[in-house]
Amino acid sequence: MDRVDGVDPVDQRRDDDGHPFLRVEGLGKRFGGIQAVADVSLDLARGELLGIIGPNGSGKTTLVNLISGFVRPSAGEVRFRGRRIDRMPPHRIVRLGIARTFQMVRPFYELPAYKNMIIPLFSPRVRGLVGGKYGDRDAVALDLLEEVGFERDAFVAYKPAGALPQGYLKRLELAKAMALEPELLILDELFSGLSLAEVASIVPIIEKLRQGGMTLIMIEHRLRELFRIADRVVVLNHGRKIADGPPAAVMEMDAVKSAYLGAAAETAETSDPETEAP
Amino acid sequence: MLIGTAIYALINSFILALMAMGFNLTFGISGVANFAYGAFYVMAAYGAWIFTHKAGLPYGVAVMLSIGLTTMGGALMYRFVLMRVRGQTLSEVIATFGMGLAILELFRYMGFVGFEYTLPNLVEGSVFFLGVYVDYQRLLIVAVGALMVVGLWLFTRFTSLGLAFRGIAQDERTALTFGMDPDRIATIAVAFGAGLAAIAAVVIVPLGTISPEEGYDVLIKALAVCIIGGLGSTGGVIAASFLIGFAERFTDAYIGSHWTMIVSLAAILLVLAVKPSGLFGHQKELEERI
Amino acid sequence: MTERRRERIDRGIKKRSEDVFALASWREMLYLAGPRLLPVALVLFLPPLLSPYWQKVMLSVGVFGLLAVSWDLLAQAGMISLGQALFFGMGAYGAGLLDRYLGMPPFLSLPIAAVLGGLVSTLLLLPVLRLRGIYFSMVTLILPLMLVRVIEATKIFGGTEGLSGLTPWPSVWVEMYLILGALLAALFGFRRMLAADYGLVLKGIRDNDRSVTSAGINIYVYKAQALFIAAAVGGFAGAFMTHVYLFVGMPVFALDYSILPIAAAVVGGPGGLAGATLGAAILVPLSEALRGFGGLRIVFYGVFLVVFIVAVPEGIFSFVRRKYHQFERWVEVD
Repeated sequence: MDRVDGVDPVDQRRDDDGHPFLRVEGLGKRFGGIQAVADVSLDLARGELLGIIGPNGSGKTTLVNLISGFVRPSAGEVRFRGRRIDRMPPHRIVRLGIARTFQMVRPFYELPAYKNMIIPLFSPRVRGLVGGKYGDRDAVALDLLEEVGFERDAFVAYKPAGALPQGYLKRLELAKAMALEPELLILDELFSGLSLAEVASIVPIIEKLRQGGMTLIMIEHRLRELFRIADRVVVLNHGRKIADGPPAAVMEMDAVKSAYLGAAAETAETSDPETEAP
Repeated sequence: MLIGTAIYALINSFILALMAMGFNLTFGISGVANFAYGAFYVMAAYGAWIFTHKAGLPYGVAVMLSIGLTTMGGALMYRFVLMRVRGQTLSEVIATFGMGLAILELFRYMGFVGFEYTLPNLVEGSVFFLGVYVDYQRLLIVAVGALMVVGLWLFTRFTSLGLAFRGIAQDERTALTFGMDPDRIATIAVAFGAGLAAIAAVVIVPLGTISPEEGYDVLIKALAVCIIGGLGSTGGVIAASFLIGFAERFTDAYIGSHWTMIVSLAAILLVLAVKPSGLFGHQKELEERI
Repeated sequence: MTERRRERIDRGIKKRSEDVFALASWREMLYLAGPRLLPVALVLFLPPLLSPYWQKVMLSVGVFGLLAVSWDLLAQAGMISLGQALFFGMGAYGAGLLDRYLGMPPFLSLPIAAVLGGLVSTLLLLPVLRLRGIYFSMVTLILPLMLVRVIEATKIFGGTEGLSGLTPWPSVWVEMYLILGALLAALFGFRRMLAADYGLVLKGIRDNDRSVTSAGINIYVYKAQALFIAAAVGGFAGAFMTHVYLFVGMPVFALDYSILPIAAAVVGGPGGLAGATLGAAILVPLSEALRGFGGLRIVFYGVFLVVFIVAVPEGIFSFVRRKYHQFERWVEVD
């Protein structure tokens, strides 16, 4: 892809100016009487792949909403490359280079898949990066979709999004975020609802993104697949961070075991084999 | 003069609260904004008038019958119109708006306009109180208003239907998993809203006359109260009713009656600019605000 | 007994003229251009054939058509207006004031009043854009009705009397072709806009605003732009009428200017603006024909609104389009 020509990657790195790539400090959010996220701090280095795991309702999605600006924190701060972003509206955060996907994919069902890509490609961030308007957004859209596995020969990209199976919808969601040329990509349960084969076909795309220097945060329930690619894992329980470290070490910790087993016993979610540690 | 104005402001506040409560209740539970609300108010008043003057029923019976029929009208509107377009905001708004329009203009066409179209006071007489005369009908409005507020509060906390209402209002998807039928609840919610409009009508209309204009007027006032208070919040409705109720009366007494509408308009614009989701709208912030 | 089902098949000419860029015959070119040429031809050649009375009706078609297009434009961006009278009234008063106090000629006051009216309406509604759902409908419904009382109370802008004796358009033909030309320009221009990527963003905001926000697009800016465009179109209609009636007063904020445009857009079929225009072209003359029914007409509008939005939500236009592009036949199924 030749679209990032305008930006010198070395230049971007110098921009960080000694600041950590992403720093979350004492972040908290209350919804009415519920403390959804409490006093979460974490650092993320450029190029890292961080997994965020935890039982249902442990505040993972709220944490992502806080970082991406969709929810205002009631305490703490978020800094991206030294810049405070926790008071910014979500679209400005995207323009700084943080893109995210949503757990519930809601594409524009009546539009063809590639037309769904137009909105991110219309984004000021993308227009800013390539210095002006795209000659042909459709062509760029088709390229990106091919990258995430929309076979060009099969014309899947021309089908209405409403006619696509879940696996393609998730890929479309990923492609929409990738279109923004982010520096930090947050994937909220990208693997949920996918078959093992579908997950296996998406993992190489993520690995390719990492080779390109992308920093990623992945919220996942599919621990087996996540642990194969994650450098580090943060475990949340009841909105608090209870562990932070390499995947293997984290899963050995007693607090994590009891959080998962406890949650499993309380909510009887043992039916999902993926929540169990590898 | 100050105390007298304050007493009438209090009464005015209860009138507003009564007018807005039904609209707010329906929206709070089912998410349906019933733009036919004013039409139900007027329909109940005309209903009571027709039952007494044309059918010769005793007034008490006519009132009860009218309230009951209006409530049923709300349920029917949901079952036969709104249920088919549930969840599509555009269609819901247009359908209720069109419905209200048709009802109100039909009454106008049939010639139900004039001073004879009013309802008698439910209670006659007046009392001299802190230097002003207050008639019993106005006291009744305050009593009914207070009763409704307390009643609703008790209802949503201590009856299973009320608890179901709250459940649906808070999280429809979870409520579904507990086996609640949202269509049934929404039918009841729209019907309750219409019923509250009817109750408001039979206690408030004796102070003036019934006319199609009154329907538009009630809708405007209900919307204004809900916008200021925060849509779907009962506390907000009460606070906003008092805010507008007092502001209107005091403007009327000290500046001039022409200016009352300007005060309401200014209040709406101010609240929207400062806190768009309304004074008590923070509960719904996640839903309504982007 | 064999069962039958109805089958819809694209007409051959549709297929032929769809993909091939070098059109083979005049017939095909006409097939493609016809739906666009028809309204242009009607606008050009119909008015001189009409009696003065029906010319006035045609003028109303132009005005209500613009208001309906403005409504549909807003609806495409997820804003359901119940108060087109607000935009209409702002433009109308704008033109009246510019004429009365600055002595501006109509050709100057028309565009300026449209833009000013659009700006004021947008500013008034700006806070509501931060809210989803029906707040927009609620506020647009009550604003014009309250503004009437404000004018009544403060006696500004001529108060209940209004401003009369304003400057007329040079001739009835200027009047006629100006408003109908504006309607066509709005129809085709904004149709193009909606079909472009910009329109896609607007519809995206309506369907899933979070998704648009997460693309780094400031949805308020786009909503405000759409609102301004729609309000200016409505304001244009109002400003135009001021110089037709030679008067502006409280009736410009009346509910009628809100109801008929919505009914037109809903009956014609929301989305794509063509339905809204067709709806106005049907409802306005129909409304004249039903003049004998008096107040019952508004009852009809109300009923139309409910019936169409519930039973025929795609409107008349999509029916007409289907008939144009496809034919139907009965086939037997085993």
